[in-house]
Amino acid sequence: MSTPSGTPPRAPSGTSPDAPPGPLPSEPPGAPPGAPSRRSRGVPARVARHPLGLVSALLLTAILLAVAFAPALSPQPPDVSSLRDAFGGPAAGHPLGFDSAGRDILSRLLHGGRNTLGGAALALAVALALGVPAGLLAGYYGGWFDSAASWVVNMIMALPAMVVLLASRAILGPTVWVLMVVLGFLVAPAFFRLVRGIVAAVRGELYVDAARVSGLSDTRIVARHILIVVRAPIIIQVALVSGIAIGLQAGLEFLGIGSGDAPTWGAMLNEAFKNIQRAPSLLLWPGLALGLTSGALVLLAAALRDVLEDRGTHRRPPRRPSRRAAAVARAAQPHEPRAALLSVRDLAVAYPERQVVHGVDLDVHAGEIVGLVGESGSGKTQTAFAILGILPETGRIAGGSVTIDGQEIVGLPERRHRALRGNVVAYVPQEPMSNLDPAFTIGSQLVEPIRHKLGLSRAEARERALDLLARVEIADPERAFRSYPHEISGGMAQRVLIAGAMSCDPKLLIADEPTTALDVRVQAEVLGLLRRLQRERDLGVLLVTHNLGVVADLCDRVAVMSEGRIVETGTAEQVLHAPEHPYTRRLIGAVLEVP
Amino acid sequence: MNALLTVEDLHVSFPGKGRRAPRTEVLRGVSLDVGPGETLGLVGESGSGKTTIGRAILGLVPVASGTITFGGRRIDGLAGRRRRALARELQVIFQDPYTSLNPARTIGDTLAEPLLGLGARAARERVATLLDRVHLPADAAHRLPREFSGGQRQRVAIARALAIDPKLVVCDEPVSALDLTTQRTVLDLLLEIQEQSGVSYLFVSHDLAVVRFMAHRVAVIHRGRIVETGDAATVTTEPSHPYTRGLLLAAPVADVAAQRARREAFERYASSAAER
Repeated sequence: MSTPSGTPPRAPSGTSPDAPPGPLPSEPPGAPPGAPSRRSRGVPARVARHPLGLVSALLLTAILLAVAFAPALSPQPPDVSSLRDAFGGPAAGHPLGFDSAGRDILSRLLHGGRNTLGGAALALAVALALGVPAGLLAGYYGGWFDSAASWVVNMIMALPAMVVLLASRAILGPTVWVLMVVLGFLVAPAFFRLVRGIVAAVRGELYVDAARVSGLSDTRIVARHILIVVRAPIIIQVALVSGIAIGLQAGLEFLGIGSGDAPTWGAMLNEAFKNIQRAPSLLLWPGLALGLTSGALVLLAAALRDVLEDRGTHRRPPRRPSRRAAAVARAAQPHEPRAALLSVRDLAVAYPERQVVHGVDLDVHAGEIVGLVGESGSGKTQTAFAILGILPETGRIAGGSVTIDGQEIVGLPERRHRALRGNVVAYVPQEPMSNLDPAFTIGSQLVEPIRHKLGLSRAEARERALDLLARVEIADPERAFRSYPHEISGGMAQRVLIAGAMSCDPKLLIADEPTTALDVRVQAEVLGLLRRLQRERDLGVLLVTHNLGVVADLCDRVAVMSEGRIVETGTAEQVLHAPEHPYTRRLIGAVLEVP
Repeated sequence: MNALLTVEDLHVSFPGKGRRAPRTEVLRGVSLDVGPGETLGLVGESGSGKTTIGRAILGLVPVASGTITFGGRRIDGLAGRRRRALARELQVIFQDPYTSLNPARTIGDTLAEPLLGLGARAARERVATLLDRVHLPADAAHRLPREFSGGQRQRVAIARALAIDPKLVVCDEPVSALDLTTQRTVLDLLLEIQEQSGVSYLFVSHDLAVVRFMAHRVAVIHRGRIVETGDAATVTTEPSHPYTRGLLLAAPVADVAAQRARREAFERYASSAAER
């Protein structure tokens, strides 16, 4: 730089003249200081609070303990047989009786559990050892390893597990442990694909980029940022896959393709099945053991999913327009003449946790553009949603009155409200792209609502849609009509949405930050379009925005919102030039002067 | 002129969709430089390639051709240990304060990330200093990102970038996700830090007003090429390139009369552009 000392010269700082002196107070905190972090309770504690989780975890623990202490708990070694007692019922010291060879069932059940569960654990260990590291590598680095690994995994998944197991028994010999290693190979793809998918998604997160820029090595990044994300899904998958491994293992043994002599639950089932005519009750105990274990694993997996992915059972609050609100609406005294098109009086919007809109009054006349200005969290979008009747699930209008075209909408049944939307009041959203369905052409997305709302034939609706596209100043309506959303620009998408909003000739348009996602030059064009539409058709517009430049450009009147309340209303000139409320002054003071 | 960062004839392209598709050229020969203690504003619309320049400098996207020189050394194509060593001098603040902090790690943990070599005690002290420097309470270190507002999170991101006194910070739209009043406080903080430490900024933004407020010089990028570079006051008031003029006229001002005049000027500009 040419300047010899200090920092180089900067363009004169652009503060608007009526900015408050001194530094701006810093923004309000997201949470009150000292609010307790909700991370403190561990996973086991949270599983214990989940009813299904608690039951299944207790059951599994009991089964595991019983199997682990099999030698101590069983009345006799599993292979001791006394032919005298064959098919004998429960006797002293033998609570479950004897099997076809006169062996104690309880002993065989406990020792069999060791082999069955041990086998499943081995399969699981092999699957984890293969699938997780491979998934991490493939997801994190991508490239040739990802392609090769994915190809191998797809091939393994195409193999029928049972057939491979039967073949490997023929080749490798009838040892249950070898078969379990093979089974581990066969279920490893489940872990590979799970881990790879999650890692590839996390890999693109900005905080991983930030860690790279911070100079962390890849190993460190994986350890700090990536393992923590895959941990929960892996735990869930382990519970599910162990159920599958136990089932497959028992299936093999049941077919008589196990290790022969060693007691397992599958082998016990096989033996019982041979004697099903003589002693059907022999099926009961191994069947029960398998069923309970697998069932408990599935339920535990479900509980873990709820707990780890924070998807607890939320109680849905009753969704009905409250009668009390309707009563309030009737009681509301008109202080001033209400606008014919949209009139909001004393509107309150509440969520179960807190109220977000407090006593808002707002009027929009025909042919008028009213700006609703505020920062995020001020309640401006909630107000717009309440007017449209599209509040999220848990939100509700807690009081006040809203009339559109003379009709009270607080307490209106959803069916009649729906009739109002589109015909009388229409909506233009903030994010044009996410409001178009990528699977359908622009044309079909415009035609369907027109046919439905106006009852036109397909050809008539098509004519009307093309006419609308031309009216929102799209250069080649035919081509736009045939395009898919990914083929058009953001500005064009917003024009399409405006065309859709205009399709049933509404009287009132509610636009929620309609240009925030657009570049400035496109924004200027879309604002021009809105202005022309309003002039041509005497449209009333409620424009929700945070941009005071947009307000100056388009709005006749402005309402400034802060913390759920309207703090100031007036014409655009009044509010922008001579703001009265300290909040408005602060807002205008923060505007960086555009050169 | 002894520039801290020099980018010359930088080309970056991304693979097209499908195996045979041609690569999409995002940067087509970009040259710029940033001096010590200077802020270079980089203005452009979405898809112009402005973010890609920052990512190429940080080594997050591969460079097809061209050179990037930082502090007298070539840094394009650096990888592994040598790229990691650069972290002491070259840092970043991303646009989105919600995804640039790991939601599962405490603020203190995130801030200590660049300080791993320092030892636990020294790192803790450094984190406390950093939090103080970005005007966050000291107990913030023990809390999770979700307990903070967007502006506060962006302060954390700034603190992370400053953790080891870098020479250059790439600021990629650092305030565009923030509210107006919050925006102003974050920009003021960045200026304050620059005055104290003499750090350079490459300040990427779509907002001419923000760039004018922050930058000493401004470069305007359009479709992967720099169309105009110059003194911030000149480029943002009397731009010489028609594209920049369009950008300037399209940005609305918060003044009814002035905006009416500007709108008419923009419409004249748009119709004359249509004739060309």
